[in-house]
This record gives sequence, structure tokens and C-alpha cells, in this order.
Amino acid sequence: MAVQERASAAAAVQPPVTERITVLAWLKHNLFSTWYNSLLTILVGYLLYLVLVPVFRWAVLDATVSGDSKEACDFAGACWTLVKVRFGQYVYGLYPEDQRWRVNLALAIAAVAMVPLFLERFRHRLTYAVGLVLVYPLVGYTLFYGGWLGLPVVETPRWGGLFLTLVIAGVGITASFPLGILLALGRRSEMPVIRSLCVAFIELVRGVPLVTILFMASVMLPLFLPAGVNFDKLMRALVGVALFSAAYMAEVVRGGLQAIPKGQYEAAMALGLGYWQMTGLIVLPQALRLVIPGIVNTFIGLFKDTSLVTIIGLFDLLGMAKLIVTDPRWLGLAAESYIFAAFGFWIFCYAMSRYSQHVERRLSAGERR
Amino acid sequence: MAAAEPRSGRQSRTAFWNDPRVRAIIAQAVVLLLVVAGAAYLINNTIANRERLGVASGFDFLWQVAGFDISQTLIDYDRTYSYGRAFLVGLINTFYVAVVGIVFATIIGFIMGVARLSSNWLVAKVASAYVEIMRNIPLLLQLIVWYFVVLGGLPAPRESIALGEGVYLNIRGLFLPKPVFGEGTAIFLAAVVLAVIAVLVLRRWARRRFEATGQPFPVFWTSLAILVLLPLLGYVLAGMPITFEYPKLGKFRISGGLVMLPEFMAMVAGLSIYTGAFIAEIVRAGILAIQKGQWEAAYALGLSRGQTLRLIVIPQALRVIIPPQTSQYLNLTKNSSLGVAIAYPDFFNVAGTINNQTGQAVEVIAITMAVYLSLSLGISAFMNWYNARMALVER
Repeated sequence: MAVQERASAAAAVQPPVTERITVLAWLKHNLFSTWYNSLLTILVGYLLYLVLVPVFRWAVLDATVSGDSKEACDFAGACWTLVKVRFGQYVYGLYPEDQRWRVNLALAIAAVAMVPLFLERFRHRLTYAVGLVLVYPLVGYTLFYGGWLGLPVVETPRWGGLFLTLVIAGVGITASFPLGILLALGRRSEMPVIRSLCVAFIELVRGVPLVTILFMASVMLPLFLPAGVNFDKLMRALVGVALFSAAYMAEVVRGGLQAIPKGQYEAAMALGLGYWQMTGLIVLPQALRLVIPGIVNTFIGLFKDTSLVTIIGLFDLLGMAKLIVTDPRWLGLAAESYIFAAFGFWIFCYAMSRYSQHVERRLSAGERR
Repeated sequence: MAAAEPRSGRQSRTAFWNDPRVRAIIAQAVVLLLVVAGAAYLINNTIANRERLGVASGFDFLWQVAGFDISQTLIDYDRTYSYGRAFLVGLINTFYVAVVGIVFATIIGFIMGVARLSSNWLVAKVASAYVEIMRNIPLLLQLIVWYFVVLGGLPAPRESIALGEGVYLNIRGLFLPKPVFGEGTAIFLAAVVLAVIAVLVLRRWARRRFEATGQPFPVFWTSLAILVLLPLLGYVLAGMPITFEYPKLGKFRISGGLVMLPEFMAMVAGLSIYTGAFIAEIVRAGILAIQKGQWEAAYALGLSRGQTLRLIVIPQALRVIIPPQTSQYLNLTKNSSLGVAIAYPDFFNVAGTINNQTGQAVEVIAITMAVYLSLSLGISAFMNWYNARMALVER
């Protein structure tokens, strides 16, 4: 008893050094554990100092945000005035300013409508998703393009910026997903003609760069169609992007299909299910669940690849950044413009990759149980 | 046998459209018909359109005079050469940037992948920041920044940055001393070949001795010594045949020497830093896939940390690493087509120019697709061969 009391008293009297000790111990353990680790820490720290301090000074300390023209900047640091003044164009491209609420509304509807998809409790997520995919394009098209319900028409060449990036990525993702599933099923089909057609398509598309396909879609499509028939430039890019990512999606889905044990197929057939019932009710739900991380990774790739439409003359976020750089009133501010665009892409891709890691962890946790 | 009887009797009653085999044949015939009809429609349109526009067809244009210059040529080429030659120049440029990019991406990727697993907190964080930033920004954007912002900000030739003797960096590119091969180079080359053969023989001998007696032999250091000393000896004996032509700094331009175009440097920097981030993740996953027991077992056998890494961990990790690595190499090669955005004269860029000049889009696209497909197939065949070799180690 007495010993215990003395110990607790001593503990009460002791100065709160524990924290300092852990910091030091942490430093020693994580940065200076051996002589070469110490050397490495000092070297890397010095290099970081050399790089980060000027960058921080340029981007934050000496930067200018005020004013509304290039003259407001003194060029000691970054001129974020450009980004501030042109912010609307980075987001909406050349979309008329008084109509931008339509884009906001459509994107807000999309964001709200997608919430139930992430609710674990919601039982009919698949049905809901299919319904959304069928209904939303009408809503989006009406709001974006107009020409109906008293909304003035906004031609697609005026679409641009982050908004166009989201449209291309969104259409690409929703179109490539079902197409990819069909291609994957076709590749595993027992019918030789269908199998070889699917294999040929997948391998052909995966073997060539996306630029080639976009180039084909933008330059050669008019050559394939009867004289006079012409598609919108954006439409052509969308078809190219969707077909391209469908081939990659097909390979991801095939990975999932191959992971389903044969017993599942046999059990489904023994229950008397036909091919489509077996695939839709037994195989696909399991296979897709397995490859969610792969699907999200394909989406991330697709999102980054949308920047390639810049090459065929559409003004997505990157194209807009490039266009703004060439404005004579803002010459010489390429770094600011591109860094802002890079930041825009990065936010979306990083968020998606985090989500994919989260799902992966949850799935593997399920596996362990 | 008895069971088969009633079934065959029932089969005659089954309607033929319910027979899965008949259904399969019908479905395939329908799909095939649709595809053929679609293709015929498109081809028909194409032929009609080309006649209307008066575009020639066939591959005869490959032998016509190209009439345009290419900024980087590794083989003889000027505007009087043929379109076919221009394609070849573009193909070689694609190879060149892809090979250099793959080498740098692999080095960056391995260093960063290992650094991410480092026990040093700062090193691990720097490596993971690199990976998370670089792989989440589109490659095209990175290439544009490298070309227009970083390299575009370099000084004019007059104010070149000197990076050592005869090495200048300016907005026109990186200027290096150019080796000039004089008389006696053959002796030097023979010494190099001899050194390589000697190393191969030494390795076989050392392995045989190791298997017979268990005595290890310092193969690495001996090989290094042979590879350095023997060519050096040959070089000196041949009377130092290789001299260097240094670039001369003029007022507006630099003459002589070897030039690395800014387009090329931007391509290599962009491709290798972007792909390096993906390779780093693959390497990390590969090393993590090796169970701790493997390390412990190696230590228990008395192997040092270096030996464990070299003999136990890396051979096993490589088997996990190689397949995804292959697809990264393929991606890098295909991504080199983005050179079109920064005017690097790669294959796709040259093909675009030829298409503009001849208007024979179908032929040009056919050639382009065939080339990229064979590049892809070639790289995956090579990596499959390498993978099979590595997999044999397991036994």
C-alpha cells in the first residue's frame, strides 16, 4: 500500500517530460537511427530546403492576388491575379456567363443524385444506378445544351474548362462501363466468332495510344460517313474516349470474372438459370465487387486522359489553361496557369485514388472475416 | 446407355430454336453479319469520299519525296528523302525516346519504391509525396510544363549555362562534346568485346565452382574490374583514338558538338518522372509481397543484409514486379506519342505531317496502328521471355 502511494505521489510530482522524450525518441528512431540514416536525413533535408523555400516564397510570400490585370503583379513571385480574374473560364470555358447557373445546377443535381450510391444501407443501389444512368443524360443534356424549356442553345464549342473535363470523363465512364462488361463477357464466351471479335477489338485498342484513336475519330470519321453527315467534334471525341476506356475496362472485368470459382457457375446452372440470369444474378455481382479498385483506377486513368482532347482542339481544363496563356494581356504567366490546372486535375484524381484505397481496405477486411 | 435412350427420344421433341448449339450458331451468324455489313458500309463510304476528294490510294506515296524537315534525325535525312524514310526517322525517334525514358523511369522508380519503404521518415515521406503528386497529374500537362515553362525559361545561347567543360545548356537544348572516332577505334572496340566475353566466361566458371565446392567468388567486383580495365588498356594501346569535338559558343548559336533538343529532354523528363511514380508503386508492392519469413530465414542461414536482398528477396520480388512493369513500359512507349503536343518528331508526329501533306489518311493510320501494335507486341514478347527466365529460378 505504502509503496503504491509513494509511486503515485512520485508520478504526480514528476514534470511532464514524457512528451519531450517521445519527440526526441521519435526523431532518433525515425531520422537518426544509424550514421548513414543521419547523413541521408541531412542530405534530403538540405535538398528539400533548397527546393521548397524558393517555391514557397514564389507561390505564397511574394505572390500577388490583388488587382485585376497583369500590371498589378510585380513579378517577384507568382501572379495569381490571372487565376482569380479568369477563374470562371477555367471552370466553364467559354460558356456564356449569364448561363453558367445551368452548369452549376446540373452538376449539383449529379452530386446529390450520386449520394445514395455511397450509402451502405441503401439496398437497391444497382437499380438506382441503372436508373440514374438512363435519366441523368437527359437532364444534363437539356441543361448544358438547351434549346428546350426556354433555355437558349449553347453550342458545344463554347463548352470548356473543368466542366468539359467532367462531361468527357462522366460520359466516358458511364459508357465504357457497360461496354467493357459486354466485351469481357464476349471475350470469355464459348462462341468462337464473338470471342475472336472481342479479343481483336480489345487488343487492337489497347495496343495503340489514345491520341491515335482521338485523331482517327476527329480526322477520319468524316471520311467513313456518307458525304454531308457530320458529327459534333465533342461527340467524336466522346466516342473515341468511350471505346478506348471500354477496352481497358473489359480487361479489368475479365480479371474479376476469372476469379469466380467454377462452382458458382455450376451451381447457377444446376438451379436452372439461363446464361443472362446466371451472369447478372450470380457471376457479375461477385466479380465486379472484386475489381472495384481496378475499376476506380481505370476511371482515374480516364480522367487524366481527357486532357488529350486538347490535342484535337477541344478546350478542357488543360486546353483552357493553354488558351489563357496565349492571351496577349496575360503573356508570360504560363507557370501560374498550368500549375492551377494541374492542381484541378490532382484534386479529383487524388480523391478517387483515396476512395479506391478505402474500398480496397474494406474489401480485404471482409475477406479476412 | 439405357439412360441415353429416352433422352434422344425427347430431343426430337425439343424445338430447334431451344437447342443451345443452334442458338449459338444463329447468334454468331447475326453478329458476324452485322459487323461485315457495318464494315462494308464504312468502306463503301470511304471509297466514295476519296473519289469525290480525288485522293490517291495505295502505298505508292511512300516512295515520293517528302519535302519537309525533321528536327531530330538519328539517320541521314533531309527534305529530299522519301516519305518512307521520314516514317523510319520518326520510328527511330520514338524508339530513342522510349528506350531512354524506360531506363530513367526504371532507375527513378526503383529508387523511389525502395525509398518509400525506408525506415527514415523523411525519405519515406518525400518518396510518397513524389508518387502521390506525379501520378495524379495528367502526363500531357507535365510534358507541356517541362517544355514551355521549365525548358522554355532557359537563357538564350549567348547566356548559356555552362555545366562543365564543353557542356552548355540553353533554350536550344543541351550541348555536349561529340566523340570523334579516329584510327584504331577497332582495337578499342575489340577490347570491349573481349571484356564482355571474359566476364561471361568468368561468371560461368564461378557458378560452376560455387555449385561444386560451395566457395563464393566475388563475381561482381572482378567483372567490374575487367569491364573497366581491359577497354582502358585497349584504348591506351591503340593510341587514344577517340577525341572529342567541343561545342563552340557563338553569339547567337552554338556550333559543333552533340545536341539534345529541348523537345527530347522534355519528353524524357516528363515520361520518366510520370512513369517512375507508377513503377515506384509496383516495386513497393513487389518488395512488400515477400514475407518476413524469407528475410528471417536468410539471416538465420548467416546471410548478410546485402546478400539477403540480392539472393533471396529481389529474385522473388522481381517475379511479382515484372508483369505490371511490362505494362508500364508499354504505356511509356505509347505515351511517347504525346510528343505531338510539344513538337517532338516522334512517329505519330511525323505520321500527322505526312497525312496533312498527302491526304491519304487511311494508309497513314493503318501504318501508324500497325507500328504501335507491333511495338506493343514486341515489348510484351520480350518481357514475357524475361519473365519466363525469372520464373525458372523458382523451380
